[in-house]
Amino acid sequence: MDFIHLKKQARRLFGPVPAHTLGVNTEQYREFAATVHSEGGRLAALWATDQRRSGGGFLMHAALVDQDGLWCLGLPISAGRPVLPDLSDLFPVASRMQRAVYDLVGLRADGAADERPWLRHDAWAADTYPLRSDFAPQAGPAAEVQAYPFVSVEGEGVHEIPVGPVHAGTIEPGHFRFSVVGERVLRLEERLGYTHKGIEKRFETLSLEEGVRLAGRISGDSTVAYAWAYAMAVESATSTRPSERTHWLRALLLERERLMNHLGDLGALGNDAGLAFGLAQFSRLKEDMARVNHLHLGHRYLMDCIVPGGVVRDLDAEATHAIRGEAKVLSREILVLKNIYDEHAGLQDRFLTTGRVPPDLAARLGVIGLAGRASGQAWDLRAQFPVTPYAQLDVNMSTHRNGDVAARVTLRFEEAMESLRLTVKMLDDMPGGEFRVSLNAAPDAAFGIGWVEGWRGEVLVAVETSKGNRIHRCHAHDPSWQNWPAVEYAAIDNIVPDFPLINKSFNLSYSGHDL
Amino acid sequence: MYQLLKKIAWTGIQSEPPPVPDQALRVTRQRLDDAILLRFGRALAIRHVDAGSCNGCELEIHATTNPYYNLEGLGIHFVASPRHADLLLVTGPVSRHMEVALRRTYEATPDPKLVVAVGDCGCTGGIFGESYASCGRVANVIPVDVAVPGCPPTPTQIMQGILTAISREAPTSSTMAEVDA
Repeated sequence: MDFIHLKKQARRLFGPVPAHTLGVNTEQYREFAATVHSEGGRLAALWATDQRRSGGGFLMHAALVDQDGLWCLGLPISAGRPVLPDLSDLFPVASRMQRAVYDLVGLRADGAADERPWLRHDAWAADTYPLRSDFAPQAGPAAEVQAYPFVSVEGEGVHEIPVGPVHAGTIEPGHFRFSVVGERVLRLEERLGYTHKGIEKRFETLSLEEGVRLAGRISGDSTVAYAWAYAMAVESATSTRPSERTHWLRALLLERERLMNHLGDLGALGNDAGLAFGLAQFSRLKEDMARVNHLHLGHRYLMDCIVPGGVVRDLDAEATHAIRGEAKVLSREILVLKNIYDEHAGLQDRFLTTGRVPPDLAARLGVIGLAGRASGQAWDLRAQFPVTPYAQLDVNMSTHRNGDVAARVTLRFEEAMESLRLTVKMLDDMPGGEFRVSLNAAPDAAFGIGWVEGWRGEVLVAVETSKGNRIHRCHAHDPSWQNWPAVEYAAIDNIVPDFPLINKSFNLSYSGHDL
Repeated sequence: MYQLLKKIAWTGIQSEPPPVPDQALRVTRQRLDDAILLRFGRALAIRHVDAGSCNGCELEIHATTNPYYNLEGLGIHFVASPRHADLLLVTGPVSRHMEVALRRTYEATPDPKLVVAVGDCGCTGGIFGESYASCGRVANVIPVDVAVPGCPPTPTQIMQGILTAISREAPTSSTMAEVDA
């Protein structure tokens, strides 16, 4: 197969990100993925669509990334033989995504090593698939909890600690199965899917305009990233060009979201290592930001601020003044707190070498986003495929190679300071103009992609339209899919009491992953 | 150490006064009698259960313990196990996959116990509603005393919900003074 030739056949999607679609056959699907893999690229997302109503079978989508951008392969699968080529030997991250594709659409990855259910526990029967068009939900209460075949570790003195789904802290639900000897972790296996609430099915009942509210609630701490990615996908599908100012306003919101989450995490990480002072200080700064958001931008966490076509309100002089003042205070406060963290021997003792994911392992697993950058994986859409305004701002991407809790803490400090720099620059250089345009009518079966570097990593949303500006299918991909497997590795050889610290240093999403 | 102490001194005390109970948030009548309520006072142990939320409500529950709202300053604190709890603070539409876990958590909480449902999803099922994967509102799965709407509700509203759950239904000025004492 001529890879270059095949790429030339791809169609560049309308919109600011370099996203392409390409119809492929089974061999091309495998070979395209293998070529991307051998050239140092990665797998961004996998999902499937039921197209039997319009006369076809199923359509399998694989979104791959290389230096030229995003390549969204579309592989037709016959309804009679719902089997797809396995990619998990190339990209380990494909394994769980393929298991999810089976649970939701019923396409089995041919020859995959792990065929256990992933998102399906007991809410629907094994031979029914919620994202098929002929799915009928089962009536009545959920069945009794089914046993999940965890991989067991055998040997003298090994025992298991099951944790969750209800955790000890104020966090989302998931299950962790530790195999330990004494305090030392030999193996950690995650089981997720507890917060699966049928988001993708729900999308199918909404219009393109209504969908943004749901997109903003896929993962509450990343509402801006999701709303922007969704809006970008809808604008791409409908060939709507938002104003220049819209991009700047959205980026301003995105950097505020990044900053707030980083501040919250820095406090929580201090607290998890025994320094309650850190939590008190950083949560105070985070609250200050939430109050500025509420007063000047309309919502404490910026929910429902972005809509397809623009943003819901413009930035006035008062808001600009408040954000400038806030940036000044934060720059000073963060530096003081960074010095205290850096010089606190007890804190650094807990952070350093804890929960390591070395760069070669991170590369093999395909770790992305914040956790990836702390393990030498230089992926940041804001620097690599910058859309307006990032192209004009020259984002400084931070990377570290230690891959431990300390690296993820340092990265958060650096990214917080960079977000403050970007914020001030955006206020200085923001162009005037409209902040919202009306959405063009969507053609039937139009396809669009949104791709945004949220605080945790890249968020990808793919939208397919149907008649009357409705959503035919919407798939949302959280960076946590890529990074959850890395947490299993990070825990190995650490002591059980360090796990909350390790887990917090990744701070991955459950809801965004489970959908 | 000097820097740390200096920072604490410079920051000072930032706590704001807590909200007052609002009986309109009640879903059911107060189930606890006055003697028990007096005993609870404000010393309350809360177990938070995320039954399928988007994590938005969790951000605000975290915020209730920041220095401004200082929930713990009222003697109300979060505990790690339902067996230590007086009150369950439940978020989310209850996902089908969390239904059994939520029921078990409720059963593991010793009597007398209270339940506060947090957020639009906890109150009504919210944008997720009821579906093949979602049981909808918290009251569809376990009994709820107080429901706090909002997407997400503010820390003040969440605190108000918690304080309502441990308040008398028709407080008079003398009984409030009694509880405060």
